[in-house]
Amino acid sequence: MSTDEPPDQSPVDPPPPEPAPAAQPAIMVQPQPQPEPRPTPSAKPAREVIYRHTLVVRVTHWINLACITLLLMSGLQIFNAHPRLYWGQYGADQDKAFIEMMAMGSDMDHLKGVTTVAGHPFKTTGFLGASAGADNAIVPRGFPRWATLPSFQDLAVGRRWHFALAWLFVINGLVYLGFGLVNRHFSRDLAPTREQIRPSHILKDIWDHMRLKHPRGEEAKSYNVLQKLTYLIVIFILLPLMLLTGLTMSPGFDAVAPWLLDLFGGRQSARTLHFISANLIVLFVLVHVVEVFLAGVVNELGSMITGRYVVPPEIHS
Amino acid sequence: MSAIQLPRPDFSRRGLITAGTLALGGLALSGCDKLSQSQGFLNTLGAAEGATINVQRLLLAAGPLAREFKASDISPTFKPNGSTMPSDDDYQAALANGFKDWSLQVDGLVNRPLSLSMARLKAMPSRTQITRHDCVEGWSAIAGWTGVQLGRVLHAAGLKPSARYVVFHCADDLEPSLDGSGKYYESLDMVDAFHPQTILAYAMNGQPLAVPHGAPIRLRVERQLGYKQAKYVMRIEVVDRFDKMGGGKGGFWEDRGYEWYAGI
Repeated sequence: MSTDEPPDQSPVDPPPPEPAPAAQPAIMVQPQPQPEPRPTPSAKPAREVIYRHTLVVRVTHWINLACITLLLMSGLQIFNAHPRLYWGQYGADQDKAFIEMMAMGSDMDHLKGVTTVAGHPFKTTGFLGASAGADNAIVPRGFPRWATLPSFQDLAVGRRWHFALAWLFVINGLVYLGFGLVNRHFSRDLAPTREQIRPSHILKDIWDHMRLKHPRGEEAKSYNVLQKLTYLIVIFILLPLMLLTGLTMSPGFDAVAPWLLDLFGGRQSARTLHFISANLIVLFVLVHVVEVFLAGVVNELGSMITGRYVVPPEIHS
Repeated sequence: MSAIQLPRPDFSRRGLITAGTLALGGLALSGCDKLSQSQGFLNTLGAAEGATINVQRLLLAAGPLAREFKASDISPTFKPNGSTMPSDDDYQAALANGFKDWSLQVDGLVNRPLSLSMARLKAMPSRTQITRHDCVEGWSAIAGWTGVQLGRVLHAAGLKPSARYVVFHCADDLEPSLDGSGKYYESLDMVDAFHPQTILAYAMNGQPLAVPHGAPIRLRVERQLGYKQAKYVMRIEVVDRFDKMGGGKGGFWEDRGYEWYAGI
């Protein structure tokens, strides 16, 4: 990442004199009257509100959330058509699977879901391999009804959703990336500072996360280092990986870019990586949402809607 | 008024947001199922297919080949999918006779309709390619295919100026029906029909094509998915449009909601 900025620059500084697309100032400090019935002893007399998320970031964030949700669910619908994952150029029923979900049982009334990972079978009835169908009877299904789009088995419709949403995801992502470069969102807000990448700082940040301690005051005005690294991994590794492994599964695109097959070790490896990467994105979203709740859901969620973020005041004891 | 100024206890706000999100999520999910059953909405989503084919065709303008593999890359087992034994009487008779009296019909918008026996097809220059077969379900298998380039056959027949698509009529009834609507068929446009790797294959991995894999002839169109690789091809018809044929979408699976352009 770019290190051409002063390492201690915080978002409080006025925006650099560049042709920023947003006409609003990057930061607004609004002293506001204290609400009457809430005399909080630790709060300063005036609340500090900063303008944290630009309009483009907010809009692309929510479009991205919709895209990723629908892509995930339609992707699981597509996965359910063949709930086995392989490594290499080829892979079908007779070939060794790395992950496999199946329904087992002597008759259709007593089906058990079994998921096999690297040769180790796990009972996953009700969730993976076998779960409730339309009439609540247990039927063979990779992922359950509530996780797929549409909920009923229909590969053709799942593909329609997936490929339409994939276009929206790519266009939205390009808008975000283009804006982030022009507006220096990445170098200003997401690149860790020199101070932040010191091992002692990272260790302290890990310790703070383990204690669920969230930064307050000046520190809360910029992202912490674990947060920055996580966002960078998602934005520049996991999401592009989803796109590239997805394209590697396209026989047409493989003719355009055969190097993708070498990069990922084959179409079936790409399919497996697509699945793993999707799981990591789900993990990210879960942690992200938990953190939003821990840090104060109203303020955090509100800031991604209005752009304005109330800086948690320092606690003076 | 922004949410942060609401003078309500944090706990109930949090509960409200959680409950609201869950309720919205539930509504959205059942809404998505409704949308998934609306043909109008599916057509809207299908607009993406237009974007996909246009962009892929642009990127494929130079006509690059699909990857060809080494003999050592061939799948130990190639899963036969769809029909594995057409029940059609004419097909059964031709099969019993080892396809000796069988011939491939080439007609429609051509100057010289052809009737090509196996002997004549095998006498034409052949192409052998070891390629990957990608099922729309997600699995892949690699095999070697030998056959005549479709472009050679079409040149021999001579296309009329109005020719736009090549339709493959197959012997198998994948969804047995009285009105014939379950007959397998497929179609290509001229870009894929004249691609060097688009062949009418009569051999697989050096052996005559077996019945489960489409004997006597199957189509190989290597930059598209498995459902385009029509098996048991009996007749090739050159047309200017296919919307009055079968379900009107240009193929058995296309009539059942799958994309006509199966490059993705």
